[in-house]
Amino acid sequence: MAVIKFFLSLCLGLISSQLFAAVLPDDQADVLYHRYEGGGITVDGPSVLVRKGYKDKISAWGNYYTDSISGASIDLLAQGSTYYEEERTETSVGLDYLHDKTIMSISATNSSERDYEANSFALSLSQDFFGDMSTFSMNYSQGNDEVRQNIYEDGSIVETIDRGKARHQRFGLGLSQVLTKTLIISANAEAVIDDGFLNNPYRSVRYEESDGTLGREPEKYPETRNSDAFALRGMYYLPYRAALRAEYRIYRDSWGIDANNWELRYIHPIQQWTLEAKVRGYEQSQADFYSDLFPYADAQNYRARDKEMSAFSNQAFGLGASYDWQQTYLSWADNTTLNLYWDFIQFDYQNFRENTPDNTNEYGAGNEPLYGFGANVIRAFISIKY
Amino acid sequence: MRCIIRLVLLSLSIGLSACSIQPWVQSHERAQLADPIMAFEAHPVATRYINHVYEAREAARGAEGSAGGGCGCN
Repeated sequence: MAVIKFFLSLCLGLISSQLFAAVLPDDQADVLYHRYEGGGITVDGPSVLVRKGYKDKISAWGNYYTDSISGASIDLLAQGSTYYEEERTETSVGLDYLHDKTIMSISATNSSERDYEANSFALSLSQDFFGDMSTFSMNYSQGNDEVRQNIYEDGSIVETIDRGKARHQRFGLGLSQVLTKTLIISANAEAVIDDGFLNNPYRSVRYEESDGTLGREPEKYPETRNSDAFALRGMYYLPYRAALRAEYRIYRDSWGIDANNWELRYIHPIQQWTLEAKVRGYEQSQADFYSDLFPYADAQNYRARDKEMSAFSNQAFGLGASYDWQQTYLSWADNTTLNLYWDFIQFDYQNFRENTPDNTNEYGAGNEPLYGFGANVIRAFISIKY
Repeated sequence: MRCIIRLVLLSLSIGLSACSIQPWVQSHERAQLADPIMAFEAHPVATRYINHVYEAREAARGAEGSAGGGCGCN
């Protein structure tokens, strides 16, 4: 028995030494159904990822993803609309190239909606060093968007207006470090620089007219936004076969928003199952130019009433299960897993009010109940490695 | 950007200081680190989606790790 244990540990050591040298991801195909339901809207659709390598040097991948959006958010209800449908399609392709201990990656993405077109590319480089205990990575991406606005009459689009272009650039650095036989940490920093038309052309802010009634005018955001985010993550192997993952991220941007989030995950394998439980917390301050109710028209150069620009917090709880399916239907598959993940996120807004027409009539503008909602997020997918 | 430059300098100093010390966890001692349950993100397609949800509903973005965001949508 001791001999078997010795050989097992030796084999695992050999496998792990390969895993901790730079290697390309496994050949695999993932077919995912995703669903987000909360705040009056439902967003669901498929995501299909296929990855195939060649001679352990090159790995190419493609991803097809759609969002089907339906319902009426609080913004739509506040403006008297009742229902909305939209579809977004995203297609990505990428290539990873391995040379010695270096992986170079390039990818391109197109995202298309009736009123929004986005094209982006990304470059990244990662290098193992220090006996493969450390991995340094850097990435750059640039997205170029065309923002349009559809004009509706009787539920049909009668005209589309070009509203402007937006450019998003990301500069990222990462360092992962093996600390002990059971602990690995990862530090990431990323700067994001946005410029161009950055607000939603459909959303308006509300202000008080001199006669006491409510007026509306379009949101207006600054044309630049710079942000820095820093994250620290750790994976710890517990004294029995289970893992603990911890994460903390801080964020600050030039619009005055400070945010931070933390997350804890517990991963526990039982025979063919891998179970996961997660808790996460997030909080942010408001943007400098956000107000739930402006005192008069054109009160500021920049103005926002997007709930994502307000001060709020959310708490999430998640459960997941992955089943290692020993199927024989697909002879070419090495490993097949069936996966189901469910997250519940509770959003609580501190200065964004639920300004439906009924609430405003009942409580008065600026005195409506603060908004909050719960969202369910489902990820169900099959993952096949071959 | 200044913070990023500081981090690069810190990384370089760590890298240079590492020249004088040897790796203290050998390859054959990494069996537990190599266990699939120790992957930071076991399922990239699922991670990418949940990061997309966070980015659509929160102002913060960036430093997501290997499956970063950038949703290209409004």
